[in-house]
Amino acid sequence: MRQLFKFHGGVHPPTHKAESTRTPIAQAKMPSRLVIPLHQHVGNRAVPVVQVGERVLKGQIIGRPDGRLSSAVHASTSGTVSAIDMQLVAHFSGLPDLCITLIPDGRDEWIEHSGVDYKQTPHTELRHLLREAGVVGLGGAVFPSDLKSYSNKHKIKTLVLNGAECEPYITCDDLLMRERAGDTLRGAEVLRELLYAEEVLIGIEDNKPEAIAAMKKAVEQDGHQHMEVIAVPTLYPGGGAKQLIRVLTGIEVAAGVRSTEKGVQCFNVATAWSTWRAIAHGEPLLSRIVTVTGNVEHAQNFEVLLGTPVEELVAQAGSRPDTNRHIMGGPMMGVDLPSGQVGVTKATNCIIEGSDKLFPPPAPALPCIRCTRCADVCPADLQPQDLYWFAKSNNFGKTQEFHLFDCIECGACAYVCPSHIPLVQYYRYAKSEIWQREREAQSAEVARERHEYRQFRIEREKQEKAERLAQKEKAALAAKPAVPAPLPVAAAPNADPDDTLQMRVDADVAKANLQLRIDAAVARAKEQAATAKPRNTDALTPAQQAEIAEIEARRAKLREMASGAGADDEPPKHN
Amino acid sequence: MWSSPFITLPSSVSQIMLRVLIALIPGIAAYVWYFGPAILVSIALASVTALATEAVMLKLRNRPLKPFLSDNSALITAWLLALSIPPLAPWWLVVVGTVFGIAVAKHLYGGLGNNIFNPAMVGYAVLIISFPGHMTHWLTPHAIGMLELPFSDQLGYIFGGILPAGLTLDAVTTATPLDTLKTQLHLGLSVNEIREMPIYGYLSGKGSEIVALGFAIGGLYMLATRIITWYLPLIYLAALFSIAGFFHLYDPAHYASPLFHWFSGAAMLGAFFIFTDPIGSPTTRKGKIIYAVGAALLTWLIRTFGGFPDGVAFAALLMNICVPLIDAYSQPRVFGKKGDGK
Repeated sequence: MRQLFKFHGGVHPPTHKAESTRTPIAQAKMPSRLVIPLHQHVGNRAVPVVQVGERVLKGQIIGRPDGRLSSAVHASTSGTVSAIDMQLVAHFSGLPDLCITLIPDGRDEWIEHSGVDYKQTPHTELRHLLREAGVVGLGGAVFPSDLKSYSNKHKIKTLVLNGAECEPYITCDDLLMRERAGDTLRGAEVLRELLYAEEVLIGIEDNKPEAIAAMKKAVEQDGHQHMEVIAVPTLYPGGGAKQLIRVLTGIEVAAGVRSTEKGVQCFNVATAWSTWRAIAHGEPLLSRIVTVTGNVEHAQNFEVLLGTPVEELVAQAGSRPDTNRHIMGGPMMGVDLPSGQVGVTKATNCIIEGSDKLFPPPAPALPCIRCTRCADVCPADLQPQDLYWFAKSNNFGKTQEFHLFDCIECGACAYVCPSHIPLVQYYRYAKSEIWQREREAQSAEVARERHEYRQFRIEREKQEKAERLAQKEKAALAAKPAVPAPLPVAAAPNADPDDTLQMRVDADVAKANLQLRIDAAVARAKEQAATAKPRNTDALTPAQQAEIAEIEARRAKLREMASGAGADDEPPKHN
Repeated sequence: MWSSPFITLPSSVSQIMLRVLIALIPGIAAYVWYFGPAILVSIALASVTALATEAVMLKLRNRPLKPFLSDNSALITAWLLALSIPPLAPWWLVVVGTVFGIAVAKHLYGGLGNNIFNPAMVGYAVLIISFPGHMTHWLTPHAIGMLELPFSDQLGYIFGGILPAGLTLDAVTTATPLDTLKTQLHLGLSVNEIREMPIYGYLSGKGSEIVALGFAIGGLYMLATRIITWYLPLIYLAALFSIAGFFHLYDPAHYASPLFHWFSGAAMLGAFFIFTDPIGSPTTRKGKIIYAVGAALLTWLIRTFGGFPDGVAFAALLMNICVPLIDAYSQPRVFGKKGDGK
């Protein structure tokens, strides 16, 4: 018997899993249209490579990965592109994002595709195939799998396959393991190869005996030598990657540390399955299993084409009329969708139909009485009551001192709070404020650099003018100004070359996260600008206008001269 | 849109506080059994005063009445204060203590959750400092052959200040077992000689030791229902036992036994109901241990060398002051971090 480890805290919310496990996975009906977001993964949004009106085939790439941290997006079926525009997407920001709308032609006509023998294929090629197939983490993090299946300089001992599925209601991984254990393990074997891992530990919560049995049987039948199926105690959030790694290996991966540094990598079972389909069959990620449950007549798992509008999906499970919200994910960490029109994405593991009866609105919050029930259940062993206190009083420095960024937002604290304080909301608020401030500090730094350069340039122009006047040369204009000093650029971190890839990826992830927050902030700012008062450049006297015209003319001339000298007057672009 | 989590446990502050009140019932029942129903008058008086004061303060602070009046926290303050002062005392004594506790110690500090000092203990401290004379006349337990005032005459004294002709307050009341011990030790008697006096029972004061047992039973109920965690009460009692035991072994004639300390005064009430007040106690596990040991040490020191009959209330208030400091220096190791979580 393998020794298992414990993590601090955890809660036992009612699981509600039985409702959706009574029937096998069903194929969802072909929807009337598919709304496929180009940003279904961590990293840069894919770039559309099709035109409106174009006919596409099932499996055809419609969005190319943009940059290293990105992934491909495909047509989930054959049909015609009817629009490429901003649409509401399944994301907590509630903001629209670029989507491709596809009208299926009903023929479901595949593009030419074929698999490879992974044992005969170089690893770089396999990773490229994963990227081209749009395979990303299907446990909810949607991190591109090609980047995660690269062991870097770190020696990976253990590949953890996450089949814990700790969130209530969700059963898509349970059903996947029951019905598709063989291919899931074959995919895990590919990932193990890519990582040169010694062992694969498959963690499944012990409330899924059928899945455990199916996976054990598959391990035995196919003779997977390095694999072990391990039943782990049912305890939320035991399916969090960090928690599962801790339970199975005893290793704690702190916030901001990559598990690979500790010799562990973690993949979701559904990701392993998709990996196998992509490598062995050449099938890109076009659909996923989605649990439809909650306020429905018959809860069930469906194999759903990516882009299927949520409303068309839930109708197939018999969504009840008093449904007032669609929750994507589980009740602990899920997202209240902005609309039923949004398309299913690679992150959509579950749709819970909500009603006031099923999820009564929370009672008004009372003050914190410091009972520390939240601290008792926190899996990161934080002090949620202190974080709440500091976040509430905008004392963001203190929140960081109390390890705010170690919070995984699992919601266990808010679940047990007798004062019904929406604790996680306070932590999200504090995090976004801190990110926003960091961004502001960054742009202030850029502005300062620009200003200093401008001062330097003006000074230089003056000097040159004086020189020219003194020399009284008629051909003064021909004299090119000296080459200006290069823009001060932040020094690139002097990093270990082996690590730079991962570092760049990490930076990209942070940037991508930041971008989401920034988009929201920009939208807010635009709204404010629209209602803002006229600027002080309106209603000016003729004298002031003349002065402005003169300044503008001078600036234009300077710009011309500077560009003539090869300098760039534009501020450095900051993406 | 609403954000996750969408589900919560069906618990509430008022439910937690209600359980605390229920846990006080065994002790109160024992109190009534041994000392008569006068304590119920104090409890009722304190409860009404507490709710009225709470309502007035909420109104003045522009806070909603319903959620806060129904959170049951004012009732806990009222009951704990009533249990800390002699039942045979003028009605205004408990009223003054309660008003001060609720209005000043609770609401002027920001209300529920922000009162750094335990309001009931602040009320008690105000009374024992301002009206020490009224605070030392305790009822005698039944069945030790001393003169007892009938309940109707007790009511007469509480609300009218009148005793039956020919009786003085001293004739129908007694000092507490702790107070008696301290006084008699000063007079040169040994602990064993003092314990021969009729007010003492098996472990401590006759009757009062059973009341303390009642509070301990209530405390175990709170532990079982997870209203409180074991760190604080059990470590407090263990520390008090160790300190008292050490000195008792060293000089049994001058230092009372550890069990005497456990079952005297407010030690049991304090262990389970006063020190465990979450608002005024540390939030970290290590902090709770430090707090409990400090409280036990102060309880024993004040009882043994201080000028007050019991040490629990002042131990609680003094430890309340230390809480921010204790919390700051007892942060647990965060998941994945080394050592002190840095």
